[in-house]
Amino acid sequence: MRIKNHPILEFPQEEEIAFTFEGKSVKGNKGDTIASALSALGIMTLGHSIKRNRPRGFYCAIGNCASCNMIVNGVPNVRTCITSLEENMDVWRQKDKGVIK
Amino acid sequence: MIKKECIIIGGGPAGLCAATMALAAGCEVLLVERSSKLGGQLTKQTHKFFGSKNQYAKWRGFDIAEKLISEIIDHPKLTVLLNTTVVGLYKDQVITVLSGQKYTRYQGESLLVATGASEKFLAFENNDLPGVYGAGAIQTLMNIYGVLPGKNVVMIGSGNIGLIVSYQLIQAGAFVSTIVEAAPFIGGYKVHASKLVRLGTKILTSTTVKRAIGKDHVEAVEIISLDENFKEVPDSSRIIPCDALCVSVGLSPMHHLLSMIGALTKYIPELGGFVPLINDHFQTSLPPVFAVGDCVGIEEASAAMMEGFLGGLYMSEFLNKKHPNHDELIEKYEKELFLLRDGPYGKKIKAGLKKMEDANQYVE
Ligand SMILES: Cc1cc2nc3c(=O)[nH]c(=O)nc-3n(C[C@H](O)[C@H](O)[C@H](O)COP(=O)(O)OP(=O)(O)OC[C@H]3O[C@@H](n4cnc5c(N)ncnc54)[C@H](O)[C@@H]3O)c2cc1C
Ligand code: FES
Repeated sequence: MRIKNHPILEFPQEEEIAFTFEGKSVKGNKGDTIASALSALGIMTLGHSIKRNRPRGFYCAIGNCASCNMIVNGVPNVRTCITSLEENMDVWRQKDKGVIK
Repeated sequence: MIKKECIIIGGGPAGLCAATMALAAGCEVLLVERSSKLGGQLTKQTHKFFGSKNQYAKWRGFDIAEKLISEIIDHPKLTVLLNTTVVGLYKDQVITVLSGQKYTRYQGESLLVATGASEKFLAFENNDLPGVYGAGAIQTLMNIYGVLPGKNVVMIGSGNIGLIVSYQLIQAGAFVSTIVEAAPFIGGYKVHASKLVRLGTKILTSTTVKRAIGKDHVEAVEIISLDENFKEVPDSSRIIPCDALCVSVGLSPMHHLLSMIGALTKYIPELGGFVPLINDHFQTSLPPVFAVGDCVGIEEASAAMMEGFLGGLYMSEFLNKKHPNHDELIEKYEKELFLLRDGPYGKKIKAGLKKMEDANQYVE
């Protein structure tokens, strides 16, 4: 959910950025990270754990914990909480250790 | 390999203030920051700062960051790398940085680490469910990106961070039904706690979380009461619905880069856990390497800034580029640091620093 009214901060209407999540076209805002855009869309699960396939969301949001790792434009283990969202990014949930091509 | 005079890792208040002094002393500075903005924790702090007799008390955190940045950003001797993480530290002050997919190496004549802290985690059943977030993470999402990750939140921990983030959640439009605190008393300042109680938040002391409940994400939390030995009180379990469970149980210093080069560390709980040993010039056990701010002990931004100024001054002196007003400035910032730690909340820090001092004697 995007914050509309805030007593101290202003969040002006930003330009939209189109990207794909699990193959579907979705939209985020300019200034978003991949993780903040997904959270605004109500998407909480960013990946699954390697052994038990448990859902994973972000935890620290500042690049410390790797809980938000996803596959972005084919590259695995991207910390989406500190990676700025860009037009046409292709974002997928990660379920394994990732394969570096 | 690219050579630089001073390399500063981390652009929070500590790193920014160190850069300010090193630049003023005539050094060339490379400042490396992982996120897309400088300012560290300050950029997401919308509240007016406490911090006693300090010049920045009553300022909002992000305004302080803005001021510190604007004072140095156009300096010709400053190079700032944003979206760049230092991933390796080697002897001879060599760092490897990762920016996008690219690794680059730099070498500094001296190096200052100001990487801040990371949030502690808590062990309970289902603590890995999406919807269990660090307090700082929630703050980052709401105050920087304008995204509210939950509407009905339960907060774990009643220290100042837990209280402040709860208040900021309410300002952003969420409901914070409950704050649970394992200790028998509220950890943070009473003013913050009373404000929350007036807004309808229940603060339950001697209470903790037993498990998060939900399939794909948090839907509720089971809480229990604790006796004076922190043991579960029988039949005290309750279930509270929520869509986000926010963990605010303290911070631990990020000293890990320093461990890569074998800088000595010590476990000092008063300072937040393992910390690098530093002397009174903020030098680690490897002299060209300095460390300041939360990464050498969890304190406050005001203290991190004073340490940054001091660290920057000492580092310049180390490089034979002593600031023209070195002695005066050292005295000024040492005094402010002393005043900051003089209150009742400074007791713990002072006890921790005493342990650091003792450990240093042992090393020598
Ligand atoms: C919710 C909350 C409320 C607070 N309220 C107050 C208050 O009212 N008053 C007060 O005085 N203090 C307050 N504080 C504390 C204050 O914010 C911190 O003490 C202060 O920010 C510490 O400064 P620092 O520069 O050491 O670390 P940080 O501000 O954490 O900065 C560290 C920087 O280093 C960067 N970094 C880390 N690792 C790397 C790496 N490997 N490569 C590149 N960059 C890296 C990080 O991205 C970050 O920008 C609060 C803290 C929180 C979380
Ligand atoms: S959520 Fe911790 S690294 Fe992204």
